[in-house]
Amino acid sequence: MDIATQAIEGGFVDPVFDAQTVFRAVMDAMARPGTLQPLPVFARPPAPLSTTAGAIALALCDNDTPLWLDLVLQAPAAIKSWLGFHTGAPLANTPADAHFALIATPAEMMALDGFSQGTQDYPDRSTTLILQVSDLVSGAPLLLEGPGIETTATIAPAQMPRHFVEQWKQNNQRFPRGVDIILATPEGVACLPRTTRIKTMEA
Amino acid sequence: MTARPADIATYNFAYLDEQTKRMIRRAILKGIAIPGYQVPFASREMPMPYGWGTGGVQVTASIIGPEDVLKVIDQGADDTTNAVSIRAFFKKVANVAVTTETAKATIIQTRHRIPEHPLTAGQVLVYQVPIPEPLRFLEPRETETRKMHALEEYGLMHVKLYEDIARHGRIATTYAYPVKVEGRYVMDPSPTPKFDNPKMHRSPALQLFGAGREKRIYALPPFTDVVSLDFEDHPFEVQTFDQPCALCAAENVYLDEVILDDHGGHMFVCSDTDHCEKRREQGHRGHLAPETPPALEKTEPAQ
Repeated sequence: MDIATQAIEGGFVDPVFDAQTVFRAVMDAMARPGTLQPLPVFARPPAPLSTTAGAIALALCDNDTPLWLDLVLQAPAAIKSWLGFHTGAPLANTPADAHFALIATPAEMMALDGFSQGTQDYPDRSTTLILQVSDLVSGAPLLLEGPGIETTATIAPAQMPRHFVEQWKQNNQRFPRGVDIILATPEGVACLPRTTRIKTMEA
Repeated sequence: MTARPADIATYNFAYLDEQTKRMIRRAILKGIAIPGYQVPFASREMPMPYGWGTGGVQVTASIIGPEDVLKVIDQGADDTTNAVSIRAFFKKVANVAVTTETAKATIIQTRHRIPEHPLTAGQVLVYQVPIPEPLRFLEPRETETRKMHALEEYGLMHVKLYEDIARHGRIATTYAYPVKVEGRYVMDPSPTPKFDNPKMHRSPALQLFGAGREKRIYALPPFTDVVSLDFEDHPFEVQTFDQPCALCAAENVYLDEVILDDHGGHMFVCSDTDHCEKRREQGHRGHLAPETPPALEKTEPAQ
């Protein structure tokens, strides 16, 4: 398949209702951090962009939202042209300019504070990170608490960034500034908004 | 009249275009991530005037899907003008099922009340907000109120509540009573009676607030701490009523005063009409209740 065909195929079959379903899953995941909101396959982006991460990008991004891609996603031209064709989102020059960042290899990603944190006046002007992970059970368990969580929740996402717990603690301390994370797994989405605190688990 | 599917073809589903929905959806996600912070958004003109719930309508239109069941209340009532027209609007432009029963709804758009029936996880409560900025009547400049939120400088609000006590001997604010969210942002709960403030605290439902004219969206995720501002020696307390509902005899609910004649006759009835009807169906009767409760249509499925 040449690049032109790859760029055009694999978008939402039913843009209005597919976008609504994906958004509601992300909204519920953001409102209930640590829960997996299941999502069927709506988008078929070129590899290595995952179906879930691709669907989230289609549902939320457009020409108002500069996108930043990590090195693995920057490499194939097909991904840029697929995102460009379906969302019209420009690519951000630096991570700090991005409204959304798509990250295929979170384990090797740059530090969270390299992305836009928003300002104290406008904390909403921060980057939302969409991390592709293979599952929420095989990594180091994270005990979560905060708004949206009745008592505690536990997830164990695979391939998380280095020193994630320490980095997330710093992200919490910057509140109301900070980044929010959407974890895209093949089964669905889970979120870590900046208000979620990770309690350190005893070994 | 029933809306045929052909009738909605001239509009996009739920009236708004997709780019507008994406913009509002992004604002909603930021609002949930920063509870109590007012996220600016590019509010659109709607086919109703500002002040009639355009903020709530835009939020509902951006989250609603064909499987949702919508309830709309205006001061607790399902059958007043604003509620009836907004319900008809969404029946027409989104062809969704509508209901008056709190427990059956997945999305409840409200103007100034929280239903008496406890909300559950999975429900979304959408508030129509006229003035989202709790500090606006104390400080008219947006640049200044923004700075006050940024610096968490809320002394002015406490001065206002203190002045209430100095003048009236108690905190005289009875609606739009300011709350502090997760110990950080002071938020306007919209002009709900302060009676409803405790229901916001750690509610299992997601609460979204839309202010159309003022172009702000904010949110409370489920299980979020929402504390009404008060003083140690003047603790926050809600209104109490010295008589039960005249129709269903409910106590510990919010009552509206209804004038019966021009000789001072009046009665107090539940502001939440669904709650009142449910109780009368179960056989509860107040001292002014009619002999037979009226049969009402509750749920209309999507066509």
